Amino acid sequence: MATDAKARIAHYLSGFFPVTDLKDDDDLFALGFVSSMFAMQLVTFVEHEFDVVVENEDLELDNFRSIGALEAFVGRKLAATAAS
Amino acid sequence: MNGLLTDDQRSALEEFRAFADAEIAPHADPAHRAQRTEPAVVKALADTGWMGLAIPAEYGGLGRDAVQLGLLAGELGRACSSIRSLLTVHTMVAHAIGRWGSREQRERWLPRLATGELTAALAVSEPGAGSDMAAVATALTREGEGWRLDGHKKWITYGETADLLLVVGRSAEGPTAVLVERGTPGLRTALITDLIGIRASMTADVWFDGCAVPGENLLGRPGLGVSHVAGAALDLGRYTVAWGSVGILDACLAASVDYAGRREAFGAPIKEHQLVRRMVSTMYADRQAARLLCLEAGRLRDARDPGALAAASTAKYFASTAAVRAASDTVQIHGANGCGPDYPAQRLLGDAKVMEVIEGSTQLHQTGLAEYAFQESARARRPHADAVTADAVRRDR
Ligand SMILES: Cc1cc2nc3c(=O)[nH]c(=O)nc-3n(C[C@H](O)[C@H](O)[C@H](O)COP(=O)(O)OP(=O)(O)OC[C@H]3O[C@@H](n4cnc5c(N)ncnc54)[C@H](O)[C@@H]3O)c2cc1C
Repeated sequence: MATDAKARIAHYLSGFFPVTDLKDDDDLFALGFVSSMFAMQLVTFVEHEFDVVVENEDLELDNFRSIGALEAFVGRKLAATAAS
Repeated sequence: MNGLLTDDQRSALEEFRAFADAEIAPHADPAHRAQRTEPAVVKALADTGWMGLAIPAEYGGLGRDAVQLGLLAGELGRACSSIRSLLTVHTMVAHAIGRWGSREQRERWLPRLATGELTAALAVSEPGAGSDMAAVATALTREGEGWRLDGHKKWITYGETADLLLVVGRSAEGPTAVLVERGTPGLRTALITDLIGIRASMTADVWFDGCAVPGENLLGRPGLGVSHVAGAALDLGRYTVAWGSVGILDACLAASVDYAGRREAFGAPIKEHQLVRRMVSTMYADRQAARLLCLEAGRLRDARDPGALAAASTAKYFASTAAVRAASDTVQIHGANGCGPDYPAQRLLGDAKVMEVIEGSTQLHQTGLAEYAFQESARARRPHADAVTADAVRRDR
């Protein structure tokens, strides 16, 4: 499951970054120019792909900074949803 | 188009159309000339409950889907672009509050925005910052538990009358969004007149002179005022402006067909002249295409598909540029009457041109659409996630 989430995130992000292999801990926001709608695209992708709701409290940059961070964030959201 | 709508959407469209014809269209030309929206027109719209059409039912709205919101924007846009722009800015603010507001903020503002008891406006642009929203200079400084706001916003649609302003300023953390109520000491507005289009839109200069903004009016995190708060609002604004442009195309087509059938030149109605028919053909095809792009954007939005953002941008770019072409041809088909005050053609042309400037100018969309094209292509070149996963699972074994 974890690998699956990571692969889905990596595939989506491959559209934005012209690097052949995005590493788990590459800082997305340090990689250079992303379009002005990138932040909202990423939020919408995470919500749609994993059926979670991203709230204001979740908008720590650290949750969205890298593939690894996104995977961990999605894992926490899914666990919280399952528990509630 | 009707075949692409659900029964609910089709009957909503009929209601929107009847209302726009009866309550909005008759005011469009007088309001354009007077450069004002009569409060009675806003009240008529509020009385329908449609200011809260897309606001969730739990916050007092009608909780309708994005396609219905688009259909409403289209019908209002056909009747009067100024009133459509009221719906646009009002729903942008409501959407931003619904998306990033705390439960307390949603409970406090959304029910009154839904009924139209309060109207809202979005204040991002400044004399020195338009397309480059992140360059806003309006200063937000922490003062006690709240903020102090100083600066000048310009071109704020319905800024002259709005009860609630969503303002993006600059704090130490970067662009930051706050809600400011009319009546806040230090807040001053002045109507901007003689616009090229949406002349009844009560567009205003807004000044903040040491306005005290309570801490609970911060919307979203400091620093995320453009990327997330304005980003969410703008995505919806593009969508309703795209539909509003379809409405302008509808109005152009109706006016052109009617006039071309009645006006005679060289012994025949001008609709018999092939070059006039060509203008009508282009308008017709553009209208059909723009409407389909808008419907697709609405469908994706309702499915919460991440492709909805690119679809809204595509629809806005295409529909607004098509509306300018159509309105220019509508003036042409009307000849001198198109240039004068007795026909709506010149109003439609000015309104259409504004659609190309607001909610991301044509050039900004062109730049962004190329970006979406490169993204799609880059993803297509990479193995799909399912294949990656299958590989990974094999490796893990
Ligand atoms: C009637 C009306 C109502 C409005 N209502 C609102 C409102 O309610 N709230 C609000 O906040 N703002 C509002 N605006 C402002 C509007 O959002 C801005 O006008 C718009 O963002 C463009 O900014 P600008 O006018 O500063 O143009 P600029 O950003 O200065 O652009 C000027 C020209 O340069 C082009 N350009 C700029 N950057 C680039 C680039 N990177 N690549 C290629 N070309 C580029 C633009 O396309 C444009 O053609 C309104 C404007 C009008 C006219």
